[in-house]
Amino acid sequence: MSAVEVHNLRKEFNRGGLRRTRRRTIAVDDVSFEIARGECISILGRNGSGKSTLVRILSTLILPDGGEARIFGHDVVAEGAAVRRLVNRVSVEASFFKKMSPVENLSYAARFYGIGLRETRERIPEILDRVGFPRSRRDSRMEQLSRGTQQKVSLARALLTSPVLLLLDEPTTGLDPRSKLEVQEFIQDIREAHDTTILLCTHDMREAEILSERIGILEQGRLLHLAPVGELLADFGADSVEEVFLSATGRSVEDDWEETEQLEVTS
Amino acid sequence: MTRATLAVRHELIGLLGVVERNAYLVKRYAIWEVTWFVWTVANTLTIVFIAKGVQAAGGSLDVKRETTVLLIGAVIWSYLGILFEILTQTVGWERWEGTIEYTFMAPLSRAVHLLGMGAFAVVYGLLRTALLFGAIASFFSLQLDRADFWSAFVVLAVASISFLGVGVMTAVFPLISPEKGTQLGFIAQGMLLVVSGVYYSVSVLPGWMQAIAKISPATYALRGIRHAILDGYGVGALWGDIWPLLVIGAVSIPLGFLVFHRGEIYAKRHGMLKRSG
Repeated sequence: MSAVEVHNLRKEFNRGGLRRTRRRTIAVDDVSFEIARGECISILGRNGSGKSTLVRILSTLILPDGGEARIFGHDVVAEGAAVRRLVNRVSVEASFFKKMSPVENLSYAARFYGIGLRETRERIPEILDRVGFPRSRRDSRMEQLSRGTQQKVSLARALLTSPVLLLLDEPTTGLDPRSKLEVQEFIQDIREAHDTTILLCTHDMREAEILSERIGILEQGRLLHLAPVGELLADFGADSVEEVFLSATGRSVEDDWEETEQLEVTS
Repeated sequence: MTRATLAVRHELIGLLGVVERNAYLVKRYAIWEVTWFVWTVANTLTIVFIAKGVQAAGGSLDVKRETTVLLIGAVIWSYLGILFEILTQTVGWERWEGTIEYTFMAPLSRAVHLLGMGAFAVVYGLLRTALLFGAIASFFSLQLDRADFWSAFVVLAVASISFLGVGVMTAVFPLISPEKGTQLGFIAQGMLLVVSGVYYSVSVLPGWMQAIAKISPATYALRGIRHAILDGYGVGALWGDIWPLLVIGAVSIPLGFLVFHRGEIYAKRHGMLKRSG
């Protein structure tokens, strides 16, 4: 059984209030792929290409309009509760109660996953050590921590619940080079130490190349290619993933175009 | 442990997690809690002084009794405000902080999540209400010589079940409207109390409002608590107000969960759980 099976997945949003002015935005368009257990794949795409919508569908936060997605055989719509036990996610924003400390944020989050008081007390310091979180800052308020340090807490929160599928939605975007490297090393550690399957959405080509076995390109909600790096380079006759991206999409990943203008269809 | 026992244990731990999180928030916002309490005291005083004001203006009334009637109304208003605010925060505050997606993707049933919020709201609300009652009582001479506080507490506790059901329904508003949804909770609170005789007898209301008052849990809560405090009614004598509260609670809690569930489906279909603001 594959860790993730996605078949003809589709999601569109209606924007605007009145029927006449309402616009249809296709966020995920007929996407299909599979991820083997323990595998790490990266999905490359620019802002607004549909990466986050895809991650949200897999984490049961958005309901798809068509197709199906299964996590270890469980349908994300019909068996949401079973899926939620297997999945955790780290997103671009390290979302926490900002006045609360890292330990407080992790403590209640662990409880939501059924982890008891004693186990939480043992595991939180252990996990914070693993992500390289400074001991002296554990009781500081989240708002007093840098973005990179907050993101470490975010990784710790995901790891605390021992997910078998980890969804990483631009986990290093906006981080300084050192924090970025630390987070990437930590992701590699998780892969080596656990049997965790990882779906990494990013627009950092180098990160995708380092961390994953296969790379996919998502453009305007469509998954254009998904293959090992070597295969992609050979297929496109390119020297780098960046060149592959440029050839496949006609744009650079930094080219933050107005997606809505391209995708909106007046209904 | 059997699978069922494990599932129940898991949910109970989750419920404690919700209570724990709210306790952390109260601790971290302690100064704001004190500020808000002072405001509530001032606001309540503006209502309760009305009885003395009417007498000073030449009106004829039993000041002690009317002051107590007004105090009970104001305290229940405040209690409902706390319940509705905490339940509405289920969505509103979490959306602001951006944690809502993490809460909604956790393997915690929505019913337990909302019950956890409700349990915290009731305990916190009761403590705040008792403090408020004590603080305001120190300003006035009240009619408490026959007061049966235990019976008043029982009525308030039973009424809380119905209030939670209504509160869960209002908690769905910020899911549908992130900008204005929270305020709709206050509107629901006001609507509930205006027909329920918050500072007056329901009998002074127009007929159509009196009809609505019959299905409002606040009607029975206010009447029962006033009988307990002013006339010393025991729990047995208050049964006429308690049983309607139990019936309304039995309907409003599942209805609240159903409304919230529909709201959650709507939000997930339209991608409205993500952080805004």
